Amino acid sequence: MRKKKNKRVIPGFGISLGVTLTMLGFMVIIPMAALIIYTSKMSFSEFVNVITGKRVLSAFYVSIITAFTASLINAVMGLIIAWVLVRYNFPGKRIMDGMIELPFALPTAVAGMALTYLTTDNGVIGSFFSKFGIHIAYTRIGITVALIFVGIPFVVRSVQPVLEKLDGSYEEAADVLGAKRMTIFFKIIFPELKPALFTGFGLAFGRCLGEYGSVVFIAGNKPYYTEIAPLVIMSRLQEFDYTAATSIALVMLVISFVILFINSMIQARNTRIVTGRQ
Amino acid sequence: MDGKRKESSLVKWLLIDISALFLGVMLLLPLGIVIWQSFKQGIAVYMKAVTDKYTVSAVLLTIEATVTAVIVNTVFGLFAAWCITKFKFKGKKLISTLIDIPVTVSPVIAGLMFMLLYGKQSALYPYLQKMHISVVFAVPGIIIATVFVTFPFISRELIPVLETHGTDEEEAAALMGAGGFTIFRKVTFPHIKWALLYGIVLCTARAMGEFGAVSILSGHLRGKTNTLPLHIEILFNEFQYVPAFAVSSILVAMAVMILVLRSVIEAVARR
Repeated sequence: MRKKKNKRVIPGFGISLGVTLTMLGFMVIIPMAALIIYTSKMSFSEFVNVITGKRVLSAFYVSIITAFTASLINAVMGLIIAWVLVRYNFPGKRIMDGMIELPFALPTAVAGMALTYLTTDNGVIGSFFSKFGIHIAYTRIGITVALIFVGIPFVVRSVQPVLEKLDGSYEEAADVLGAKRMTIFFKIIFPELKPALFTGFGLAFGRCLGEYGSVVFIAGNKPYYTEIAPLVIMSRLQEFDYTAATSIALVMLVISFVILFINSMIQARNTRIVTGRQ
Repeated sequence: MDGKRKESSLVKWLLIDISALFLGVMLLLPLGIVIWQSFKQGIAVYMKAVTDKYTVSAVLLTIEATVTAVIVNTVFGLFAAWCITKFKFKGKKLISTLIDIPVTVSPVIAGLMFMLLYGKQSALYPYLQKMHISVVFAVPGIIIATVFVTFPFISRELIPVLETHGTDEEEAAALMGAGGFTIFRKVTFPHIKWALLYGIVLCTARAMGEFGAVSILSGHLRGKTNTLPLHIEILFNEFQYVPAFAVSSILVAMAVMILVLRSVIEAVARR
Protein backbone atom coordinates (compact mmCIF):
# COMPACT_ATOMS: atom_id res chain seq x y z
CA MET A 1 0.00 0.00 0.00
CA ARG A 2 2.77 2.40 0.95
CA LYS A 3 4.71 1.45 -2.12
CA LYS A 4 1.74 2.32 -4.26
CA LYS A 5 1.42 5.68 -2.57
CA ASN A 6 5.04 6.50 -3.25
CA LYS A 7 4.54 5.81 -6.91
CA ARG A 8 2.04 8.65 -7.18
CA VAL A 9 4.29 11.65 -7.41
CA ILE A 10 1.71 13.88 -9.04
CA PRO A 11 -0.67 15.38 -6.49
CA GLY A 12 -4.43 15.51 -6.72
CA PHE A 13 -5.40 11.87 -7.06
CA GLY A 14 -7.84 11.89 -4.18
CA ILE A 15 -9.65 15.07 -5.10
CA SER A 16 -9.83 14.37 -8.84
CA LEU A 17 -11.10 10.84 -8.30
CA GLY A 18 -13.53 12.11 -5.70
CA VAL A 19 -14.96 14.86 -7.89
CA THR A 20 -15.12 12.54 -10.90
CA LEU A 21 -16.96 9.82 -9.02
CA THR A 22 -19.34 12.23 -7.29
CA MET A 23 -20.36 13.94 -10.52
CA LEU A 24 -20.49 10.65 -12.36
CA GLY A 25 -22.66 9.31 -9.56
CA PHE A 26 -25.19 12.10 -9.70
CA MET A 27 -25.33 12.48 -13.46
CA VAL A 28 -24.93 8.91 -14.72
CA ILE A 29 -24.93 6.19 -12.07
CA ILE A 30 -28.00 7.27 -10.07
CA PRO A 31 -30.17 7.90 -13.17
CA MET A 32 -29.09 4.53 -14.61
CA ALA A 33 -29.89 2.95 -11.26
CA ALA A 34 -33.34 4.55 -11.35
CA LEU A 35 -33.94 2.84 -14.67
CA ILE A 36 -32.67 -0.49 -13.37
CA ILE A 37 -34.68 -0.27 -10.14
CA TYR A 38 -37.82 0.57 -12.07
CA THR A 39 -37.16 -2.35 -14.40
CA SER A 40 -36.71 -4.77 -11.51
CA LYS A 41 -40.16 -3.83 -10.25
CA MET A 42 -41.77 -4.80 -13.53
CA SER A 43 -42.86 -8.35 -14.06
CA PHE A 44 -41.32 -10.25 -16.90
CA SER A 45 -44.65 -11.01 -18.53
CA GLU A 46 -45.49 -7.31 -18.51
CA PHE A 47 -42.22 -6.61 -20.28
CA VAL A 48 -42.81 -9.30 -22.88
CA ASN A 49 -46.34 -8.09 -23.39
CA VAL A 50 -45.23 -4.57 -24.19
CA ILE A 51 -42.33 -5.62 -26.35
CA THR A 52 -44.29 -8.06 -28.48
CA GLY A 53 -47.14 -5.63 -28.99
CA LYS A 54 -47.81 -5.17 -32.68
CA ARG A 55 -47.36 -1.41 -32.65
CA VAL A 56 -44.07 -1.64 -30.74
CA LEU A 57 -42.70 -4.35 -33.00
CA SER A 58 -43.50 -2.38 -36.11
CA ALA A 59 -41.89 0.71 -34.53
CA PHE A 60 -38.70 -1.29 -33.96
CA TYR A 61 -38.88 -2.53 -37.52
CA VAL A 62 -39.26 1.00 -38.90
CA SER A 63 -36.45 2.28 -36.67
CA ILE A 64 -34.02 -0.42 -37.69
CA ILE A 65 -34.83 -0.45 -41.39
CA THR A 66 -34.62 3.34 -41.80
CA ALA A 67 -31.49 3.66 -39.64
CA PHE A 68 -29.85 0.84 -41.58
CA THR A 69 -30.70 2.29 -44.98
CA ALA A 70 -29.59 5.76 -43.96
CA SER A 71 -26.30 4.47 -42.56
CA LEU A 72 -25.69 2.41 -45.67
CA ILE A 73 -26.18 5.43 -47.90
CA ASN A 74 -23.95 7.43 -45.58
CA ALA A 75 -21.29 4.73 -45.74
CA VAL A 76 -21.13 5.00 -49.54
CA MET A 77 -21.38 8.80 -49.66
CA GLY A 78 -19.06 9.19 -46.67
CA LEU A 79 -16.43 7.08 -48.39
CA ILE A 80 -16.68 9.18 -51.55
CA ILE A 81 -16.54 12.45 -49.61
CA ALA A 82 -13.60 11.32 -47.48
CA TRP A 83 -11.80 10.22 -50.64
CA VAL A 84 -12.47 13.55 -52.36
CA LEU A 85 -11.32 15.52 -49.31
CA VAL A 86 -8.10 13.56 -48.85
CA ARG A 87 -7.00 12.82 -52.40
CA TYR A 88 -8.07 15.80 -54.48
CA ASN A 89 -7.42 19.50 -54.50
CA PHE A 90 -10.19 21.77 -55.70
CA PRO A 91 -11.59 25.20 -54.95
CA GLY A 92 -13.89 25.20 -51.95
CA LYS A 93 -12.31 22.13 -50.42
CA ARG A 94 -11.80 23.74 -47.01
CA ILE A 95 -15.41 24.88 -46.90
CA MET A 96 -16.58 21.40 -47.80
CA ASP A 97 -14.40 19.98 -45.05
CA GLY A 98 -15.75 22.43 -42.50
CA MET A 99 -19.32 21.79 -43.56
CA ILE A 100 -19.24 18.10 -42.69
CA GLU A 101 -19.81 18.79 -39.00
CA LEU A 102 -22.93 20.86 -39.63
CA PRO A 103 -25.23 18.06 -38.44
CA PHE A 104 -23.45 18.19 -35.07
CA ALA A 105 -23.72 21.96 -34.81
CA LEU A 106 -27.22 22.49 -36.15
CA PRO A 107 -29.97 21.59 -33.67
CA THR A 108 -31.78 18.51 -34.90
CA ALA A 109 -35.17 20.18 -34.55
CA VAL A 110 -34.15 22.91 -36.98
CA ALA A 111 -32.78 20.36 -39.42
CA GLY A 112 -35.91 18.25 -39.17
CA MET A 113 -38.16 21.20 -39.74
CA ALA A 114 -36.18 22.50 -42.71
CA LEU A 115 -36.03 19.05 -44.31
CA THR A 116 -39.75 18.58 -43.80
CA TYR A 117 -40.47 21.92 -45.39
CA LEU A 118 -38.26 21.03 -48.37
CA THR A 119 -39.68 17.59 -48.95
CA THR A 120 -43.44 17.97 -48.59
CA ASP A 121 -45.28 17.69 -51.88
CA ASN A 122 -45.24 21.50 -52.18
CA GLY A 123 -41.62 21.87 -51.13
CA VAL A 124 -38.63 22.57 -53.39
CA ILE A 125 -37.44 18.97 -53.44
CA GLY A 126 -40.73 17.28 -52.68
CA SER A 127 -42.57 18.82 -55.63
CA PHE A 128 -39.91 17.46 -57.97
CA PHE A 129 -40.16 13.93 -56.65
CA SER A 130 -43.94 13.95 -56.32
CA LYS A 131 -44.12 14.26 -60.11
CA PHE A 132 -42.75 10.73 -60.20
CA GLY A 133 -45.13 9.60 -57.50
CA ILE A 134 -42.46 9.58 -54.81
CA HIS A 135 -43.50 11.20 -51.57
CA ILE A 136 -40.76 11.98 -49.09
CA ALA A 137 -42.14 13.85 -46.10
CA TYR A 138 -44.46 11.81 -43.86
CA THR A 139 -43.21 8.51 -45.29
CA ARG A 140 -40.38 6.15 -44.40
CA ILE A 141 -38.30 7.78 -47.12
CA GLY A 142 -38.61 11.02 -45.18
CA ILE A 143 -37.37 9.38 -42.01
CA THR A 144 -34.43 7.97 -43.93
CA VAL A 145 -33.62 11.40 -45.35
CA ALA A 146 -33.58 12.95 -41.87
CA LEU A 147 -31.36 10.15 -40.61
CA ILE A 148 -28.97 10.57 -43.53
CA PHE A 149 -28.58 14.21 -42.48
CA VAL A 150 -27.86 13.20 -38.90
CA GLY A 151 -25.32 10.53 -39.83
CA ILE A 152 -23.21 12.34 -42.45
CA PRO A 153 -20.22 13.24 -40.27
CA PHE A 154 -19.64 9.79 -38.77
CA VAL A 155 -18.37 7.86 -41.79
CA VAL A 156 -16.45 10.80 -43.27
CA ARG A 157 -14.63 11.48 -40.02
CA SER A 158 -13.83 7.80 -39.41
CA VAL A 159 -12.47 7.12 -42.88
CA GLN A 160 -10.61 10.41 -43.39
CA PRO A 161 -7.72 9.87 -40.92
CA VAL A 162 -7.11 6.31 -42.13
CA LEU A 163 -7.04 7.44 -45.73
CA GLU A 164 -4.60 10.21 -44.84
CA LYS A 165 -2.21 7.78 -43.14
CA LEU A 166 -2.37 5.26 -45.97
CA ASP A 167 1.01 4.44 -47.43
CA GLY A 168 1.01 5.36 -51.12
CA SER A 169 3.84 3.04 -52.11
CA TYR A 170 1.62 -0.05 -52.44
CA GLU A 171 -0.64 1.79 -54.84
CA GLU A 172 2.36 2.92 -56.84
CA ALA A 173 3.70 -0.59 -56.94
CA ALA A 174 0.39 -1.92 -58.18
CA ASP A 175 0.21 0.88 -60.73
CA VAL A 176 3.69 0.09 -62.03
CA LEU A 177 2.74 -3.57 -62.24
CA GLY A 178 -0.13 -2.53 -64.48
CA ALA A 179 -3.18 -2.85 -62.22
CA LYS A 180 -6.25 -0.88 -63.19
CA ARG A 181 -7.47 1.93 -60.91
CA MET A 182 -10.54 -0.06 -59.94
CA THR A 183 -8.44 -3.09 -59.06
CA ILE A 184 -6.09 -0.93 -57.01
CA PHE A 185 -8.99 0.58 -55.13
CA PHE A 186 -10.79 -2.65 -54.33
CA LYS A 187 -7.73 -4.84 -53.73
CA ILE A 188 -5.37 -2.43 -51.99
CA ILE A 189 -7.13 0.64 -50.63
CA PHE A 190 -10.55 -0.68 -49.68
CA PRO A 191 -9.32 -3.49 -47.38
CA GLU A 192 -7.38 -0.89 -45.39
CA LEU A 193 -10.43 1.35 -45.07
CA LYS A 194 -12.87 -1.39 -44.18
CA PRO A 195 -12.51 -1.24 -40.37
CA ALA A 196 -12.89 2.55 -40.35
CA LEU A 197 -15.86 2.27 -42.66
CA PHE A 198 -17.52 -0.23 -40.33
CA THR A 199 -16.79 1.96 -37.33
CA GLY A 200 -18.35 4.96 -39.03
CA PHE A 201 -21.31 2.88 -40.12
CA GLY A 202 -21.78 1.56 -36.58
CA LEU A 203 -21.57 5.00 -35.02
CA ALA A 204 -24.05 6.41 -37.51
CA PHE A 205 -26.38 3.44 -37.06
CA GLY A 206 -26.33 3.77 -33.29
CA ARG A 207 -26.99 7.47 -33.46
CA CYS A 208 -29.78 7.05 -36.02
CA LEU A 209 -31.58 4.43 -33.93
CA GLY A 210 -31.93 6.84 -31.05
CA GLU A 211 -32.57 9.96 -33.09
CA TYR A 212 -35.72 11.83 -32.23
CA GLY A 213 -35.50 15.57 -32.88
CA SER A 214 -35.15 15.57 -36.64
CA VAL A 215 -37.41 12.59 -37.27
CA VAL A 216 -40.41 13.78 -35.28
CA PHE A 217 -41.13 16.53 -37.81
CA ILE A 218 -40.69 14.60 -41.02
CA ALA A 219 -42.19 11.27 -39.96
CA GLY A 220 -45.81 12.26 -39.54
CA ASN A 221 -45.89 9.62 -36.80
CA LYS A 222 -48.48 7.28 -38.21
CA PRO A 223 -48.64 4.06 -36.15
CA TYR A 224 -47.45 0.95 -38.03
CA TYR A 225 -46.04 3.10 -40.80
CA THR A 226 -43.82 5.98 -39.73
CA GLU A 227 -43.69 5.58 -35.99
CA ILE A 228 -40.16 4.94 -34.74
CA ALA A 229 -39.20 3.43 -31.38
CA PRO A 230 -38.15 6.69 -29.66
CA LEU A 231 -41.50 8.15 -30.66
CA VAL A 232 -43.38 5.29 -29.04
CA ILE A 233 -41.40 5.87 -25.83
CA MET A 234 -42.35 9.51 -26.03
CA SER A 235 -46.05 8.88 -26.51
CA ARG A 236 -46.12 6.27 -23.71
CA LEU A 237 -44.51 8.83 -21.43
CA GLN A 238 -47.12 11.37 -22.33
CA GLU A 239 -49.74 8.83 -21.29
CA PHE A 240 -47.74 8.29 -18.06
CA ASP A 241 -47.33 4.63 -18.97
CA TYR A 242 -43.84 4.35 -17.52
CA THR A 243 -43.75 0.55 -17.64
CA ALA A 244 -44.22 0.43 -21.38
CA ALA A 245 -41.78 3.29 -21.95
CA THR A 246 -39.13 1.61 -19.83
CA SER A 247 -39.58 -1.75 -21.53
CA ILE A 248 -39.07 -0.26 -24.97
CA ALA A 249 -36.14 1.78 -23.72
CA LEU A 250 -34.49 -1.36 -22.35
CA VAL A 251 -34.62 -3.11 -25.70
CA MET A 252 -33.16 -0.02 -27.37
CA LEU A 253 -30.41 0.15 -24.76
CA VAL A 254 -29.49 -3.49 -25.38
CA ILE A 255 -29.36 -2.90 -29.13
CA SER A 256 -27.16 0.18 -28.77
CA PHE A 257 -24.81 -1.58 -26.35
CA VAL A 258 -24.42 -4.46 -28.76
CA ILE A 259 -23.58 -2.01 -31.55
CA LEU A 260 -21.14 -0.25 -29.23
CA PHE A 261 -19.48 -3.51 -28.29
CA ILE A 262 -19.02 -4.64 -31.89
CA ASN A 263 -17.77 -1.19 -32.74
CA SER A 264 -15.18 -1.05 -30.00
CA MET A 265 -13.81 -4.38 -31.16
CA ILE A 266 -13.43 -3.08 -34.70
CA GLN A 267 -12.06 0.19 -33.42
CA ALA A 268 -9.31 -1.54 -31.46
CA ARG A 269 -8.11 -3.01 -34.75
CA ASN A 270 -8.57 0.31 -36.49
CA THR A 271 -6.43 2.20 -33.98
CA ARG A 272 -3.60 -0.16 -34.65
CA ILE A 273 -3.78 0.75 -38.31
CA VAL A 274 -3.96 4.50 -37.74
CA THR A 275 -1.12 4.60 -35.25
CA GLY A 276 1.05 2.71 -37.70
CA ARG A 277 1.71 -0.99 -37.83
CA GLN A 278 5.14 -2.22 -38.54
CA MET B 1 -0.28 7.46 -69.91
CA ASP B 2 -1.96 10.57 -71.20
CA GLY B 3 -5.26 8.85 -71.77
CA LYS B 4 -5.16 7.40 -68.32
CA ARG B 5 -4.63 10.75 -66.68
CA LYS B 6 -7.62 12.13 -68.55
CA GLU B 7 -9.80 9.31 -67.29
CA SER B 8 -8.50 9.90 -63.80
CA SER B 9 -9.39 13.58 -63.92
CA LEU B 10 -12.84 12.67 -65.21
CA VAL B 11 -13.30 10.38 -62.21
CA LYS B 12 -11.95 13.10 -59.97
CA TRP B 13 -14.46 15.72 -61.06
CA LEU B 14 -17.27 13.22 -61.10
CA LEU B 15 -16.57 12.29 -57.48
CA ILE B 16 -16.16 15.92 -56.45
CA ASP B 17 -19.45 16.82 -58.12
CA ILE B 18 -21.26 13.91 -56.47
CA SER B 19 -19.93 15.01 -53.07
CA ALA B 20 -20.78 18.64 -53.67
CA LEU B 21 -24.27 17.79 -54.87
CA PHE B 22 -24.94 15.49 -51.93
CA LEU B 23 -23.68 17.97 -49.35
CA GLY B 24 -25.37 20.84 -51.12
CA VAL B 25 -28.77 19.18 -51.08
CA MET B 26 -28.47 17.61 -47.64
CA LEU B 27 -26.70 20.41 -45.77
CA LEU B 28 -26.80 23.75 -47.57
CA LEU B 29 -30.34 23.60 -48.89
CA PRO B 30 -31.88 23.16 -45.40
CA LEU B 31 -29.77 26.07 -44.14
CA GLY B 32 -30.77 28.18 -47.11
CA ILE B 33 -34.46 27.45 -46.73
CA VAL B 34 -34.40 28.51 -43.08
CA ILE B 35 -32.82 31.87 -43.91
CA TRP B 36 -34.98 32.42 -46.98
CA GLN B 37 -38.23 31.56 -45.25
CA SER B 38 -37.51 33.64 -42.19
CA PHE B 39 -37.05 36.80 -44.24
CA LYS B 40 -39.78 36.02 -46.77
CA GLN B 41 -42.24 38.47 -45.30
CA GLY B 42 -39.74 41.20 -44.69
CA ILE B 43 -37.51 42.30 -41.90
CA ALA B 44 -40.36 43.69 -39.79
CA VAL B 45 -42.08 40.32 -39.48
CA TYR B 46 -38.73 38.73 -38.77
CA MET B 47 -37.94 41.17 -35.99
CA LYS B 48 -41.39 40.73 -34.51
CA ALA B 49 -40.95 36.96 -34.37
CA VAL B 50 -37.49 37.18 -32.88
CA THR B 51 -38.36 39.76 -30.24
CA ASP B 52 -41.59 38.03 -29.28
CA LYS B 53 -41.91 37.65 -25.52
CA TYR B 54 -41.97 33.84 -25.68
CA THR B 55 -39.00 33.74 -28.03
CA VAL B 56 -36.96 35.92 -25.71
CA SER B 57 -37.76 33.75 -22.71
CA ALA B 58 -36.86 30.65 -24.75
CA VAL B 59 -33.54 32.25 -25.70
CA LEU B 60 -32.81 33.05 -22.07
CA LEU B 61 -33.63 29.53 -20.92
CA THR B 62 -31.49 28.02 -23.67
CA ILE B 63 -28.60 30.26 -22.65
CA GLU B 64 -29.08 29.31 -19.00
CA ALA B 65 -29.06 25.59 -19.75
CA THR B 66 -26.13 25.86 -22.15
CA VAL B 67 -23.96 27.91 -19.80
CA THR B 68 -24.68 25.55 -16.91
CA ALA B 69 -23.85 22.55 -19.08
CA VAL B 70 -20.56 24.12 -20.19
CA ILE B 71 -19.52 25.03 -16.64
CA VAL B 72 -20.48 21.70 -15.06
CA ASN B 73 -18.93 19.66 -17.84
CA THR B 74 -15.75 21.72 -17.89
CA VAL B 75 -15.25 21.11 -14.18
CA PHE B 76 -16.01 17.45 -14.64
CA GLY B 77 -13.88 17.20 -17.77
CA LEU B 78 -10.81 18.70 -16.10
CA PHE B 79 -11.03 16.54 -12.98
CA ALA B 80 -11.90 13.37 -14.88
CA ALA B 81 -9.15 13.87 -17.45
CA TRP B 82 -6.60 14.56 -14.69
CA CYS B 83 -7.71 11.51 -12.74
CA ILE B 84 -7.75 9.16 -15.73
CA THR B 85 -4.57 10.22 -17.47
CA LYS B 86 -2.22 11.06 -14.60
CA PHE B 87 -2.75 8.05 -12.36
CA LYS B 88 -2.92 4.30 -12.56
CA PHE B 89 -5.68 2.69 -10.56
CA LYS B 90 -8.17 -0.13 -10.66
CA GLY B 91 -11.51 0.58 -12.24
CA LYS B 92 -10.21 3.19 -14.67
CA LYS B 93 -11.71 1.36 -17.60
CA LEU B 94 -15.08 1.24 -15.85
CA ILE B 95 -14.99 4.98 -15.24
CA SER B 96 -14.19 5.64 -18.88
CA THR B 97 -17.09 3.47 -19.95
CA LEU B 98 -19.48 5.21 -17.55
CA ILE B 99 -18.38 8.62 -18.80
CA ASP B 100 -19.33 7.65 -22.35
CA ILE B 101 -22.81 6.40 -21.48
CA PRO B 102 -24.60 9.74 -21.99
CA VAL B 103 -23.61 9.90 -25.64
CA THR B 104 -24.50 6.30 -26.36
CA VAL B 105 -28.03 6.31 -24.99
CA SER B 106 -30.77 7.92 -27.00
CA PRO B 107 -31.78 11.37 -25.67
CA VAL B 108 -35.30 10.03 -25.28
CA ILE B 109 -34.01 7.32 -22.95
CA ALA B 110 -32.02 9.93 -21.05
CA GLY B 111 -35.20 11.90 -20.54
CA LEU B 112 -36.98 8.75 -19.40
CA MET B 113 -34.26 8.03 -16.83
CA PHE B 114 -34.64 11.43 -15.22
CA MET B 115 -38.39 11.10 -15.38
CA LEU B 116 -38.16 7.84 -13.43
CA LEU B 117 -35.71 9.39 -10.98
CA TYR B 118 -37.48 12.66 -10.22
CA GLY B 119 -41.03 12.10 -11.46
CA LYS B 120 -44.21 11.43 -9.50
CA GLN B 121 -43.77 7.67 -9.17
CA SER B 122 -40.22 8.02 -7.83
CA ALA B 123 -39.30 7.31 -4.21
CA LEU B 124 -37.53 10.66 -4.19
CA TYR B 125 -40.63 12.62 -5.15
CA PRO B 126 -42.12 13.15 -1.64
CA TYR B 127 -38.80 14.47 -0.35
CA LEU B 128 -38.41 16.82 -3.30
CA GLN B 129 -41.90 18.11 -2.71
CA LYS B 130 -41.23 18.66 0.95
CA MET B 131 -38.30 20.83 -0.05
CA HIS B 132 -40.44 22.54 -2.71
CA ILE B 133 -38.15 21.46 -5.49
CA SER B 134 -39.73 20.47 -8.75
CA VAL B 135 -37.45 18.93 -11.33
CA VAL B 136 -39.79 17.38 -13.85
CA PHE B 137 -41.75 19.84 -15.99
CA ALA B 138 -39.60 22.65 -14.58
CA VAL B 139 -36.38 24.47 -15.31
CA PRO B 140 -34.10 22.21 -13.19
CA GLY B 141 -35.18 19.20 -15.25
CA ILE B 142 -34.27 20.97 -18.48
CA ILE B 143 -30.87 21.92 -17.12
CA ILE B 144 -30.15 18.43 -15.78
CA ALA B 145 -31.12 16.88 -19.11
CA THR B 146 -28.87 19.30 -20.99
CA VAL B 147 -25.94 18.61 -18.67
CA PHE B 148 -26.49 14.89 -19.11
CA VAL B 149 -26.50 14.75 -22.90
CA THR B 150 -23.31 16.84 -23.08
CA PHE B 151 -21.66 15.24 -20.06
CA PRO B 152 -18.61 13.62 -21.73
CA PHE B 153 -18.08 16.29 -24.37
CA ILE B 154 -15.18 18.08 -22.68
CA SER B 155 -13.47 15.15 -20.97
CA ARG B 156 -13.50 13.29 -24.28
CA GLU B 157 -11.48 16.06 -25.92
CA LEU B 158 -9.04 16.39 -23.01
CA ILE B 159 -8.27 12.74 -22.30
CA PRO B 160 -6.61 11.82 -25.64
CA VAL B 161 -4.46 14.96 -25.56
CA LEU B 162 -3.26 14.31 -22.02
CA GLU B 163 -2.75 10.65 -22.77
CA THR B 164 -0.37 11.23 -25.67
CA HIS B 165 1.36 13.84 -23.61
CA GLY B 166 2.27 11.48 -20.77
CA THR B 167 3.09 12.32 -17.16
CA ASP B 168 6.83 13.09 -17.25
CA GLU B 169 6.57 16.87 -17.09
CA GLU B 170 4.08 16.81 -14.24
CA GLU B 171 6.21 14.33 -12.33
CA ALA B 172 9.27 16.49 -12.74
CA ALA B 173 7.38 19.55 -11.55
CA ALA B 174 5.99 17.67 -8.58
CA LEU B 175 9.43 16.37 -7.60
CA MET B 176 10.75 19.91 -7.71
CA GLY B 177 8.12 20.81 -5.20
CA ALA B 178 5.36 22.42 -7.21
CA GLY B 179 1.85 22.21 -5.78
CA GLY B 180 -1.04 20.57 -7.59
CA PHE B 181 -2.64 23.75 -8.84
CA THR B 182 0.67 25.25 -9.96
CA ILE B 183 1.46 22.11 -11.93
CA PHE B 184 -1.91 22.23 -13.59
CA ARG B 185 -1.70 25.92 -14.41
CA LYS B 186 1.91 26.05 -15.60
CA VAL B 187 2.58 22.58 -17.00
CA THR B 188 -0.65 20.90 -18.01
CA PHE B 189 -2.94 23.74 -18.99
CA PRO B 190 -0.82 25.09 -21.88
CA HIS B 191 -1.07 21.68 -23.51
CA ILE B 192 -4.81 21.31 -23.21
CA LYS B 193 -6.10 24.83 -23.71
CA TRP B 194 -7.06 24.30 -27.36
CA ALA B 195 -8.61 20.92 -26.67
CA LEU B 196 -10.55 22.50 -23.82
CA LEU B 197 -11.80 25.31 -26.01
CA TYR B 198 -12.72 22.80 -28.69
CA GLY B 199 -14.65 20.76 -26.17
CA ILE B 200 -16.47 23.84 -24.94
CA VAL B 201 -17.49 24.71 -28.50
CA LEU B 202 -18.83 21.20 -29.13
CA CYS B 203 -20.60 21.20 -25.79
CA THR B 204 -22.25 24.52 -26.58
CA ALA B 205 -23.42 23.25 -29.95
CA ARG B 206 -25.02 20.16 -28.51
CA ALA B 207 -26.46 21.87 -25.44
CA MET B 208 -28.28 24.62 -27.30
CA GLY B 209 -29.85 22.16 -29.71
CA GLU B 210 -30.87 19.36 -27.37
CA PHE B 211 -34.39 18.31 -28.13
CA GLY B 212 -35.43 14.79 -27.15
CA ALA B 213 -34.39 14.67 -23.50
CA VAL B 214 -35.43 18.25 -22.84
CA SER B 215 -38.75 17.67 -24.56
CA ILE B 216 -39.64 14.89 -22.10
CA LEU B 217 -38.73 16.87 -19.01
CA SER B 218 -40.04 20.24 -20.09
CA GLY B 219 -43.81 19.95 -20.11
CA HIS B 220 -43.83 22.66 -22.80
CA LEU B 221 -44.97 25.56 -20.69
CA ARG B 222 -44.64 28.58 -22.90
CA GLY B 223 -42.56 31.35 -21.41
CA LYS B 224 -41.49 29.05 -18.60
CA THR B 225 -39.96 25.76 -19.68
CA ASN B 226 -39.56 26.22 -23.40
CA THR B 227 -36.08 26.16 -24.86
CA LEU B 228 -35.47 27.44 -28.38
CA PRO B 229 -35.80 24.06 -30.14
CA LEU B 230 -39.02 23.33 -28.25
CA HIS B 231 -40.38 26.76 -29.07
CA ILE B 232 -39.64 26.11 -32.74
CA GLU B 233 -41.51 22.82 -32.59
CA ILE B 234 -44.60 24.47 -31.12
CA LEU B 235 -44.57 27.25 -33.72
CA PHE B 236 -44.14 24.76 -36.55
CA ASN B 237 -46.95 22.55 -35.32
CA GLU B 238 -49.19 25.62 -35.18
CA PHE B 239 -48.38 26.26 -38.84
CA GLN B 240 -46.67 29.53 -37.93
CA TYR B 241 -43.94 28.84 -40.46
CA VAL B 242 -42.39 32.29 -40.73
CA PRO B 243 -41.93 32.74 -36.96
CA ALA B 244 -40.71 29.14 -36.68
CA PHE B 245 -38.07 29.73 -39.33
CA ALA B 246 -37.19 33.14 -37.92
CA VAL B 247 -36.49 31.62 -34.50
CA SER B 248 -34.57 28.80 -36.21
CA SER B 249 -32.37 31.33 -37.93
CA ILE B 250 -30.95 32.27 -34.53
CA LEU B 251 -29.83 28.68 -34.08
CA VAL B 252 -28.57 28.48 -37.66
CA ALA B 253 -26.43 31.56 -37.07
CA MET B 254 -25.08 29.98 -33.90
CA ALA B 255 -24.36 26.72 -35.73
CA VAL B 256 -22.44 28.48 -38.50
CA MET B 257 -20.49 30.44 -35.91
CA ILE B 258 -19.64 27.22 -34.11
CA LEU B 259 -18.41 25.61 -37.33
CA VAL B 260 -16.20 28.59 -38.13
CA LEU B 261 -14.85 28.69 -34.58
CA ARG B 262 -14.19 24.97 -34.74
CA SER B 263 -12.13 25.28 -37.95
CA VAL B 264 -10.20 28.23 -36.52
CA ILE B 265 -9.38 26.38 -33.30
CA GLU B 266 -8.33 23.32 -35.26
CA ALA B 267 -6.07 25.37 -37.51
CA VAL B 268 -4.48 27.21 -34.59
CA ALA B 269 -4.04 24.06 -32.53
CA ARG B 270 -2.38 22.26 -35.43
CA ARG B 271 0.24 25.00 -35.56
